[in-house]
Amino acid sequence: MREKAVKTMCLMLFAGIVACAHVEAESVGSQVNFESVALMNGERPQGDSTLLGLPPVPYPENNPQTPEKIALGEKLFLDSRFSTTKEVSCSTCHLPEKAFTDSPLKVSEGIKKLTGTRNSPTVLNAAYATTLFLDGRSPTLEDQALHPFVNPVEMGLKDHQPILDIVRTDPDYVSAFKTVFGKSGDAVTMTEVTQAIASFERTKVAGDSPFDRWFYGGEEDALTDAQKRGYNLFVSEGRCVSCHLIEQTQALFTDNRFHNIGVGINQIQKDVPVIAGEFLKAEATASEVDVKVLSDKRTSELGRFAVSRGFDDLGSFRTPTLRNIAVTAPYMHDGSLKTLREVVVHYNNGGVTNEGDPVNDFLSGGIRPLNLSDKQVDDLVAFLEALTSPEFAQAVKSR
Amino acid sequence: MNETCFSRRDFLKCAGALGVLPLSTIEIAFADPQKNFTFAYISDSHIQQIRGTEFVRNWDRGLIRAVAETNLLDPKPDFVMFGGDLAQLGKKEELDHGGEILSGLKYELHCVLGEHDYYLDLGEYWSKLYGPHYYSWDHKGVHFITLNSILTYDKWIHGPWPNDMQRMVEMAGLDNPNGSPFLVGEKQRTWLQKDLEKVGKDTPVVIFSHSPIQKIYKGWNFWTEDADEIQAMLKDYKDVTVVYGHVHQIQYNQIGNISFNAVMATAWPWPYPQSYAQAESHLPKLTIPMNRADPFFERDATGWQLIDLSNGRVAMRYNLYNNTNRTVAYNPATRQPEDKMYQSSAAQIAPQIHF
Repeated sequence: MREKAVKTMCLMLFAGIVACAHVEAESVGSQVNFESVALMNGERPQGDSTLLGLPPVPYPENNPQTPEKIALGEKLFLDSRFSTTKEVSCSTCHLPEKAFTDSPLKVSEGIKKLTGTRNSPTVLNAAYATTLFLDGRSPTLEDQALHPFVNPVEMGLKDHQPILDIVRTDPDYVSAFKTVFGKSGDAVTMTEVTQAIASFERTKVAGDSPFDRWFYGGEEDALTDAQKRGYNLFVSEGRCVSCHLIEQTQALFTDNRFHNIGVGINQIQKDVPVIAGEFLKAEATASEVDVKVLSDKRTSELGRFAVSRGFDDLGSFRTPTLRNIAVTAPYMHDGSLKTLREVVVHYNNGGVTNEGDPVNDFLSGGIRPLNLSDKQVDDLVAFLEALTSPEFAQAVKSR
Repeated sequence: MNETCFSRRDFLKCAGALGVLPLSTIEIAFADPQKNFTFAYISDSHIQQIRGTEFVRNWDRGLIRAVAETNLLDPKPDFVMFGGDLAQLGKKEELDHGGEILSGLKYELHCVLGEHDYYLDLGEYWSKLYGPHYYSWDHKGVHFITLNSILTYDKWIHGPWPNDMQRMVEMAGLDNPNGSPFLVGEKQRTWLQKDLEKVGKDTPVVIFSHSPIQKIYKGWNFWTEDADEIQAMLKDYKDVTVVYGHVHQIQYNQIGNISFNAVMATAWPWPYPQSYAQAESHLPKLTIPMNRADPFFERDATGWQLIDLSNGRVAMRYNLYNNTNRTVAYNPATRQPEDKMYQSSAAQIAPQIHF
């Protein structure tokens, strides 16, 4: 009880410092998430990190963290036996040293070098995501982990049975599942497998970037002048912060929403009525959607529409985090932009990669030409490079 | 999400009403499928020339998007209505530019004249593009009438204006005290009386007008001066619906036998705040700026609608960007239009009071 009280006081003090240290925070004052402030003042859940810039990690009630479960999840994450060729694991496309992406690939490679349609999203801070996959077709990390195993262009299994056969017989797994879940034999199912993977993924959080040390930690010289100018643009003329949120106590750099930002959809614009119509007529199940969007590029470009079937979601994709983005080139859901500068220029053009190309009919209402100068574009890029967590700083240097 | 379905024909819409508008919105589930049909309604695009070939991007995008989405409807709507105010200041360039965007529609188009289309040259160029200012036609057992409801007193029209553009600008201001109340006028009322004589009292009548044929608020010209006289001419008909633009927001009302339904604008919502501009916004100045959900998204609180007319009464499906779609449909039990999700006060969302 006493310990809890002390903890809470420290946290409040911490919040107070943040509020005092940075007047700039006021410019994003409208973005304050009161729920998260309330959480900050409560007891922090077990296993949570205390990294600058991050809120407590939310855990599902039915899947609490334990060190053994996390270790089991990591083992499963790295195990390539769960693919038809025994060569592809979760970590094939989510490489720890590449900030859990497969940079520099444009789109991910599964078994037999088969390619999907989308750029690998990072596992880092996926713990905070309210939906998973770039079109949000999965509600939880546990559910998400089910799909790549059985997608024909990823790990290629027909069903999950081969995984169960291994984890029910391999002595290491048998003992680990017994310890973690108290289960063995047929009682071990994909529920336990995906819970362990999700638990591991929930430990992969990244904060403490130079930006965090400056904004939340009050370290004046953590950012360069260009990066500070970039921050000011990020929260004003650049219009970035409206989707890539920075809040008073945390910055996940995502609104967890879906936006058509003019990438990919233009390539199918004139065929949207046919492709969308055919897709709806097929009345695909969730797992059929998973296969279709990763194996057919044209269907992939429908984006969130393939999940929600709403006009508002045509060609829209989930706002990704920007943390460690300097490590994860290329960019956008299809990996079509090579550099951060190309990304900023795309937005500066109003959702158009090459100036003068047509603007997409379904473009999000938040995207419009920004009229930023070359120098301002450079400053924004500099700011994006200040979002790298210390554990990936080396990865940037070696690029 | 436990909606009450008003009638059998609504069943499928209720079942699928998850806040999205699927391409296959309307399945016909009524006794005589021949009489069921849908049409789309796009309105208030306010295409505005800045100079030369430069137009306000925001308003262009609104109309472009509505046209592109309407073209995706399946089953296809029987026709599309455009509800007026295609242009901002009635200029030839604006009407041409807007007309070019509208020409992308794959359907038959009927247009309503708005005050922004009219008060520069009194509807002359608009007529060249879209024909008569008021007209009627029959479609699958429904009598449709389009009125020019944005006329006003001759004295004002031929008033002390130094030029036609000054007259246009005075009428374009929403809360401008120099404006003048809208009017259908005697000539058109005589025409309407004659037109209605041919129509059986059991025939559903749908009237399209730009201003509401009801008196809502004179200060903003949400108003038609001779609304009462027109309502009186319609009182003996069994099913009468008025669909109007101009107000850029969802409104619905019942006066006697007449249902009133407003449509959204593709340009901007009334009301709106002047916040979050960062660049010249071209939003009209309003004396009393008001609240808006999310000014970052320029399409927020704008939209277009798909109208289901399967039993002689309209069910309006509002396609709203960055928002939950809404349906306002006539409820035969209560004999009035009702919002299918937010009608009961318990279901309504309280207005935002802090920022």
